Formats: sequence, C-alpha cells, structure tokens
Amino acid sequence: MLHYVWYTLLKVRYILQKEHTMSSQERQAIVSLLATLLLAAIFLGYVLPRYPSGNPYSPEVFHFWGLAVVILVPVSIAANIAISIVFSIVYSMATQEKAAFFSDERDKFIELRGLRNALYVFLCGFFLAMGSLAIGMPPSVMFIVLMCSGYGSGMVGNLSQIYLYRKGS
Amino acid sequence: MGTWAIRNNIRKLRFHHDEMTQQQLAEKVSVTRQTIVALEKGKYTPSLELAFRIARAFDVSLEEVFFLDENPS
Repeated sequence: MLHYVWYTLLKVRYILQKEHTMSSQERQAIVSLLATLLLAAIFLGYVLPRYPSGNPYSPEVFHFWGLAVVILVPVSIAANIAISIVFSIVYSMATQEKAAFFSDERDKFIELRGLRNALYVFLCGFFLAMGSLAIGMPPSVMFIVLMCSGYGSGMVGNLSQIYLYRKGS
Repeated sequence: MGTWAIRNNIRKLRFHHDEMTQQQLAEKVSVTRQTIVALEKGKYTPSLELAFRIARAFDVSLEEVFFLDENPS
C-alpha cells in the first residue's frame, strides 16, 4: 500500500515537472482527479462517522444513505465545477497564460475513452454491490461499494485521460 | 487483409509552406497544437473532416497529405 502511494506521488511529481508541455485539457483532468480525491476524503471524514448505529436493516439506515446520496451528487458536481473554475483563474493569473477552454476532436475522443473506462469500473462496482446483497450482506455494504465504485470510476476516468494525453494518442 | 496504417506528410508540407509552425497550422484547422503533434507522430488518426481541413490549409489534395502504408513496421 505504501509502495503504491509512493509510486503515485512520484508519478504526480513527474507529471507536474512536465507541466509546461501540458494542454489545458490535460491540466483540467489532473485538477478533476485531485478534486475527486478531495471530495472522497471529505465524504469519508464527514458522512461516514454519522452512520446510524443499531440494526443494519432499520429504515434509518436507508434514510441515511438516501440523504447522503441526494446531498452528495449535486454537491460533488458543484464543487468539481467550482474547483475547476478557481483553478483556471488562479492558473491564468499565475502564468499570464490565456486559458483555452475549447476542446477539439482529439480531446473529445480522449474524454470518451476516459468515460468508457469509468463506466466499466462503475459496472463492476454495481455488480459487486448487487453481489453483496445476493450473498446476504447488510445494505450498508451495498451502499459503500456503490459509493466507492462511483468515486473509483471518476478517478479511473481522469487517470485514463491523463494517461492518454501523456501517451500522446 | 493485413494491417494498414495511415501516415501523413504534414511535417514535410509545413516545411514547404515557409516553415509553418505547428501552432499556425493548428489555428488554421481549429485544433490544439497537441493534436498536430500527435498527428505528426502518427499517434492519432484524424476524422475525415479534419483531414480535409488540413489538406485545404496546405492547398493540396487529401492524398498528398495522407496515405496508406500497407506494410507498417
């Protein structure tokens, strides 16, 4: 696990060192990845400790997860957009570089490939979540697996985009 | 049917057009410079529309820009 974290940090440093060659879309993918990580950390730190104790099949548990998802989805979208806008402004101010928001056909192609990989991950997570119910595990396990696959798929989508941009395809 | 690869003469055509820069070509055909880099390296195959726009930017036919390599290494 530590090796993996260390390897990821080295990879991020390598990417940042090559930042001057990055396109704005590539930077955006990195920012989006970091935003997803940040939101996942906030979710784990803020929402999970409020999990209701007691019977795992009680209506409170379903109410808790329902509320968590209903709040999480719009907040995540809004936070992601806000972080991207703030980054673009700060980056433009820091580098005096005009922000290019337009994306061409190759950017869209890379975005679609990232989305495809993200959907594969979410599909696997969905089957795992349903599998957990099928083998008689409590519903909270299903919700946790679904949440994790949601965040995981977002990260895989962003990582795929960064990889494809780095590869030059 | 063997494997074919689509190659291009973009680098050569840029040279013959007063050393047109990648950025200048990118602006002419409305793509990013990174896309031109990927095209020149052969790592990206453009859409038919972009291929025509590139040919028009150099004022040549499509076949003069892109060609089929029937024996890719």
